[in-house]
Amino acid sequence: MSTATAPAAPPGTGTATPAAPARSFNLNSVLIEGRALIALVIIVAIFAVLSDNYLTTGNLTTITKQVAFNAIVALGMLMVILNGGIDLSVGSTVGLTAAVAGNLFRGLDLPLSQAVMFPPVWVVVILSVAVGMLVGWLNGLLIARLNLAPFIVTLGMLYVARGLTQVLLNGQNITNELSGQPYLGNTGFFDTFASRPLGLPISAWVMVILAVVFSLLLTRTPFGRWLYATGSNERAAQLSGVPVKRVQTRIYVISGFCAGVVGILQMANISSSTADLGQFYELNAIAAVVIGGAALSGGRGTVRGTIIGAFVIGFLANGLVIVGVSPFWQQVITGAVIILAVAVDQIQQIIQRRRSARRAVATATAANRGATPPAASRA
Amino acid sequence: MSTGTVEVRPAPAADPDGDVVLRAVDIAKTYGVTRALKGVNFEVRRGQVTVLFGENGAGKSTLMKILSGVEQPSAGQLVLDGEPVTLAGTSDAVERGISIIHQELNLCANLSVRDNVFIGRELRTRTGGVDYARERRITEELMRRLEEPIAASTLVQDLRVGQQQIIEIARALAADTRILIMDEPTSALSASEVEVLFKVIRDLTANGVAIVYISHHLEEAIEIADHAVVFRDGELVAAERASDIDLSWVVRQMVGREADYDFRDEPREFGEVALSIQGVTVAELDTGRVAVDNVSLDVRQGEIVCLYGLMGAGRTELMEALAGRDQLSGGRVLLSGTDLDGRGIAERIELGLGLVPEDRQRDGLVQMMSVGANLSLPSLLSTVKRWFIGRGAERAAVEREISDVRVKTAGPGALITSLSGGNQQKVVIGKMLLTDPTVLLLDEPTRGIDVGAKGEIFSLLFREAARGLGVLYVTSEVGEAITASHRVLVMSKGRIVREFDPRSCSRDDIMAASGEHDTAPAHPGSTASGHPSDDANGASR
Repeated sequence: MSTATAPAAPPGTGTATPAAPARSFNLNSVLIEGRALIALVIIVAIFAVLSDNYLTTGNLTTITKQVAFNAIVALGMLMVILNGGIDLSVGSTVGLTAAVAGNLFRGLDLPLSQAVMFPPVWVVVILSVAVGMLVGWLNGLLIARLNLAPFIVTLGMLYVARGLTQVLLNGQNITNELSGQPYLGNTGFFDTFASRPLGLPISAWVMVILAVVFSLLLTRTPFGRWLYATGSNERAAQLSGVPVKRVQTRIYVISGFCAGVVGILQMANISSSTADLGQFYELNAIAAVVIGGAALSGGRGTVRGTIIGAFVIGFLANGLVIVGVSPFWQQVITGAVIILAVAVDQIQQIIQRRRSARRAVATATAANRGATPPAASRA
Repeated sequence: MSTGTVEVRPAPAADPDGDVVLRAVDIAKTYGVTRALKGVNFEVRRGQVTVLFGENGAGKSTLMKILSGVEQPSAGQLVLDGEPVTLAGTSDAVERGISIIHQELNLCANLSVRDNVFIGRELRTRTGGVDYARERRITEELMRRLEEPIAASTLVQDLRVGQQQIIEIARALAADTRILIMDEPTSALSASEVEVLFKVIRDLTANGVAIVYISHHLEEAIEIADHAVVFRDGELVAAERASDIDLSWVVRQMVGREADYDFRDEPREFGEVALSIQGVTVAELDTGRVAVDNVSLDVRQGEIVCLYGLMGAGRTELMEALAGRDQLSGGRVLLSGTDLDGRGIAERIELGLGLVPEDRQRDGLVQMMSVGANLSLPSLLSTVKRWFIGRGAERAAVEREISDVRVKTAGPGALITSLSGGNQQKVVIGKMLLTDPTVLLLDEPTRGIDVGAKGEIFSLLFREAARGLGVLYVTSEVGEAITASHRVLVMSKGRIVREFDPRSCSRDDIMAASGEHDTAPAHPGSTASGHPSDDANGASR
């Protein structure tokens, strides 16, 4: 769970475990904690050897930008997965947000008049992201209040949002209008959302800011604690007074928010609002969360792991392209890495469980030996 | 405690009427730090019913799990037909002729009777398909033998619980079961269904099947028993032929020596009425069964009220409705004069009413969290400054509570699953105490924990009561009802049927009042206040 809890008990010690956390270097816990990070280092090392173009500033910037889009969506997905849910609608929500934003740049026909309104850039952005949150809120409402299965609800919403995107775009990409017109007062979109403060793409900065905010949210606020609690044991959380339904609704709103933010950033990145924007983002996001060590059953996962998971996918995909692996084999390799990550995670859990069971039995046997005269049980 | 066992242990070899099919030799089982079985010797005889008696946590269920291959013993040996065996799993046990019928039936409601009888062991045709015709023939044969005219094609979901029980038995018979273990088979049955079941059991034993039977309905169990075996604290403490014993013998053996805690002489200084339950009725949503029927009672500040009753008496339903998980169908609940109608669980906790639930693992603990995070969960908001959890305040509260309720743990950061059952229970109680409650509800607070921890938990409750906490707890252990309460209310079939003063009543009084047969007062709908026992104390209304 979080880094603050559960210092790994030093192996081999008996009954009296001291309260002080084990400071000694423990290779095993490093391997468990940093599994995704180790994978990342190995991937980078392999491709750096195979290609001179891999570790260049230009390529790293490209990777970071791509990773950021996936990572932001994955942060929202992490919230949902921590609750034991899943949000398949995020990719479509990315597309829908961009379509709404594009349409707002094209101008809003005001009813009951001939006037067309052109909202300023910041209003466009806020309204579009709000649409993403609205989609998430609908998901949350159906899942929390009607007890519908998250998989089904968000699968349906995947189609609904993608369909609405196509309705809004009506077969045409929106490209030229995004720059705005000075006399309409809606210019400046690209100045902000395609900028590179301090040489890093804006999406990377957004990723960093959201990662910090989400990390605080998960580890330092009651909401975060409630989220872990509902994901691990909803009934117990509920009986402890945790507002489980409210938590459940909000995480889908957060997920919708993240998708909305990516919709805006990605639209700025490719300078266009297209009907297929964000397609399959949900799958990449789930992969990042899972590689980052989260349990799909809920209750376990961290922001740090998810970000690293997104980088693993990004560095791997980019590296395969650079060394010239065929696109068909790229998919095979990426899929295999995802399965491997989950399998390793599961094996580690089994080993850990066995070890703690063995330790408990050893403790109990030691206690028994001390408590009862051995002759009594033989007699 | 071990010395007591040695004296009363039956001498297996000396038994004259032989016929032993299954023998457990020095079977022991430990879970983590809990010793569920401490070296048990036990026999099952052909064509006879062996009944296991014992309170919750005495080790009966653990032994049943070992006999049926669900669990492996930590030590000891099973001997089947004179040969030592290791049961690799339930299917291995079934193959050797040992079947178990659990309290919660394991049937697929969406499948037919025939499919359920043969599930997992389908008969094959020569081409590899399922031989439905032969399966149906055998099923119908079994139904005739069990005298239950159910068509093989009937869906299990269309059957009554009693009939479903019969299907489970048919399944065991279809597997050529020689040893049938039944865990609380009558808990969901009506009186007439119990009669049918007993007839079936007698029929089976006449055909040489050995039955191992567990029940909390003592009189019922004595009626069917050939041999009675009593468990206490993980040990087999007594074994007798059923013809030589009676109810009071069983009760005496179950409870054993007096518990080493006794709070009957604690001072009784009660304050205002803290919790007032007025005519509460709870109906189950899906079945419409009335689980709690017009119950009224008061709990005063500083008073510890015990609600005694058998499983299925409506105790848990009442507790969960009070805590706000389930809706009331009628009546009202007042906490310090505030009507709780329409208030959720969180609001009730804030107002000062918390529940320590019956099933610790399912409802009490968040397994993935640390001891500290579990303790602070219900009271987390009180530590919040601005948006963040006040870590210092949280840690201080948690550490104070750990020492206050005496949780044995490596520290607040230790995983909750690393604690023993008794210490986990202290965490569940401690987390509710941290919310500063006016009234604490506890559902079977000592279930599955050892005797020492039981005493500690009750002294904790009496200490808090002395500071003004009102306590309402549910138990099915008559010993603790008497030694650890100010007032005992007996609940049966959804109603409160009697009230006792623990200082002047006996175990038999309480158990008789809770019994299945109608010792209950004749007037329906009346409550404890309408039938004060002759010695009801002044604290009752």
